[in-house]
Amino acid sequence: MFELEVLRYNPENDSEPHFQRYSVSCEEEWVVLDALNRVKETIDPTLSYRWSCHMAVCGSCGMMINGEPKLACKSFLRDYGGVIRVEPLVHFPIERDLVTVIDDFMAKLARVKPYLIPKQEKPVSEGEYRQTPAELKKFKQYTLCINCMLCYAACPEYGLIPKFIGPAAIALAHRYNQDSRDGGRDARQEEIAATEGVWECSFTGACSEVCPEHVDPAGALQQVKIKSTVDWYKEHLMPWVKK
Amino acid sequence: METIQTDVAIIGAGGAGLRAAIALAEADPQLRIALISKVYPMRSHTCAAEGGAAGVIKPDDSLDHHFNDTVGGGDWLCDQDAVEYLVREAPKELIQLEHWGCPWSREPNGAVAVRPFGGMKKQRTWFAADKSGFHILHTLFQTSLRFPSIQRFDEYYATDLIVDDGRCQGCTAIEMRSGQMRQFQARAVIVAGGGAGRMFPFTTNGAIKTGDGMALAYRAGVPLKDMEFVQYHPTGLPNTGTLLTEACRGEGGILLNKNGRRFLQDYGMGPETPVGKPQLKTMELGPRDRVSQAFWHEQKKGNMLPTKWGDCMLLDMRHLGEKTINERLPLVRDMATSYLGVDPVTDPVPVRPVVHYMMGGIDTDIRAATPLAGLFAAGECACVSINGANRLGSNSLTEILVFGRRAGLSAAEYVRSGARPGNDAALAAKATAAQARIRSLFEKTGGKESIAGLRKEMMTTMEENAGIYRSRDGLSEACKKLGELRHRYAEVELTDKTNVYNTDLLQALELGSMLDCAEAVTASALARTESRGAHQRLDFVERDDTKFLRHSLAHFHSSDPPRIDYRDVVITKSQPGVRDYSGDHE
Repeated sequence: MFELEVLRYNPENDSEPHFQRYSVSCEEEWVVLDALNRVKETIDPTLSYRWSCHMAVCGSCGMMINGEPKLACKSFLRDYGGVIRVEPLVHFPIERDLVTVIDDFMAKLARVKPYLIPKQEKPVSEGEYRQTPAELKKFKQYTLCINCMLCYAACPEYGLIPKFIGPAAIALAHRYNQDSRDGGRDARQEEIAATEGVWECSFTGACSEVCPEHVDPAGALQQVKIKSTVDWYKEHLMPWVKK
Repeated sequence: METIQTDVAIIGAGGAGLRAAIALAEADPQLRIALISKVYPMRSHTCAAEGGAAGVIKPDDSLDHHFNDTVGGGDWLCDQDAVEYLVREAPKELIQLEHWGCPWSREPNGAVAVRPFGGMKKQRTWFAADKSGFHILHTLFQTSLRFPSIQRFDEYYATDLIVDDGRCQGCTAIEMRSGQMRQFQARAVIVAGGGAGRMFPFTTNGAIKTGDGMALAYRAGVPLKDMEFVQYHPTGLPNTGTLLTEACRGEGGILLNKNGRRFLQDYGMGPETPVGKPQLKTMELGPRDRVSQAFWHEQKKGNMLPTKWGDCMLLDMRHLGEKTINERLPLVRDMATSYLGVDPVTDPVPVRPVVHYMMGGIDTDIRAATPLAGLFAAGECACVSINGANRLGSNSLTEILVFGRRAGLSAAEYVRSGARPGNDAALAAKATAAQARIRSLFEKTGGKESIAGLRKEMMTTMEENAGIYRSRDGLSEACKKLGELRHRYAEVELTDKTNVYNTDLLQALELGSMLDCAEAVTASALARTESRGAHQRLDFVERDDTKFLRHSLAHFHSSDPPRIDYRDVVITKSQPGVRDYSGDHE
């Protein structure tokens, strides 16, 4: 038997969140998500949480597990002893139980113009853009973000300053900036070099530590900072040098 | 009830829905597009597709080759005009995706790389490592953000299509956050709701794949086509059902029985090819239906490896080496290692066939139009049909692009052709009726049935009777059982009667969708007294082109089993022949 302590909150009935304890029988190789599913099927159909793929690629099931931001589908019961505490991702409002409101994240993602702004337009009939494996490697890592938002829950700055655009969105902007086919850096720079952009980051590296896909948003943030600094020098001290 | 006025409502925001939305936005920026999905777009199950998307691009390949592979792979149940359209549009769509930033894997000279895939005679599967679907989905979602005319309704569950005056004019949907019902009044509707693999207990499909889109159209009077054709992917992890892509074998992985024999050679897919040098269209690169069926026979002979999760074969990739596995199959290594504790670099991985894909779905034509005016469909929920009786791996990612776009363009054309304005009062009345149906679920008391209980009975019925091999007795039993479950479904009482993000309600509605789809599967399977592609009957072992070179069409009935009728397959240039996957064929 495994013991789960799950945060419950239903805005219609509860004035504030509380914890509920469940004892549930599980297989030894199960993940926390399997245990939650067992609870929902056999003990409490009212428990609400998001999940789908069960293979760490859809990004739905981010939650705090024993205080750490984790994907429930990739958190193995065998790695925990005693009572496992499950809570919604911190730094986001709770919608219901383990379900958070993610409007802020979705808006920030859109703000950084996360799409290819081609250096030069090319009709489909002319075939693909050439891109060598080395050029692909420059940004490939940053394409792997599954938008699970664990990095926002881990980020101390986002907790303090909700306006901070945050690790995943900046990593995504950086992904397109680094793409050999893209010419849209200037268009994105407005958002990510603003005060609530990269400059809020104090580089604790917590975002990269919790990232289940090893995207390294902290690395992206540092690179953006360096490039933005170079931009500033070029613009203010050496205006004759083109960016 | 709040009414949202829009030009085109799209239900489902996975690959097909997003591609349709972008096509509409590009075709006419003035069109208002409502993109409705029960999940945020990047959660859609397109993200789980691993291997890649097929499209002719290399000089040694041709559209005819792709056509022939697809039609033969589908055991001649494909509509050949649709396949011609697919193979012709495929390269353009894949290049378009490249122009939108999709990080396709590359050759040293910077051209896109392709890999071998099952049943394909040439290398033509474009891939982004083993996360191809993930990258396609995110590229489409991110690209869709460019278009202000695409208005998203994330986490809205569509409950009913609104049909009046003989045409589809919108839908109703529950906003999960508030529990409130909304009416979408639209001039055209596109359904892109994905598959229904969750009818089965052991599936690669995510929790969201419950056939909702299929059920919406089916209940609105549109037939479900070829529902008996359910694809088993040969290589799923035995405990979780997690997919290990066919690219494992495309890269050179081999399948062994417990005695270490590459048993596919004993089932018409030999002779044995050298280890690590995969040859196209034979042995481990045979089509999915044949490989899964060979597993079934070996299991009957006692040649499979017993594990606590059932009998398994072994997928051996050790000879590929750590470098290739890390570069080409990183997700596969991660999944096998973390969920099963087996590292493919050092050990063969136990795998077994797992429900993966619905070849059947909403009846559509080559324009992605359904027989109901104003209603279009694309992606796994639709059956156009390019997959016939057995889909070839890497054709479905191509399909969501080609026919997602087509659905968008057809809907735009339909809207431009100037359908008469709707009767607002009649539409509102229908929306109110849909709302009342949902409210009645909340008001029900004294219900004796649980959602989890009925779901389990449905899954067991499907696994026991509608699996890789089927028979009259089993299918009759399943039809009877599913009829009974549909009646008992009326006795479900919700435990959770609150409004905000009510997943008890959501699961009840999803169960309703699955029961309707499951009945269409078993009724169509019972009526098809032949064996073709993924539909294998122990009591009718031969393909019967005289009687069954036809599509099954299941018509919904609210209390009785569906009525099944048939439509001839469209043949343009390939007469039914023998599917030859022996290495000797050329």
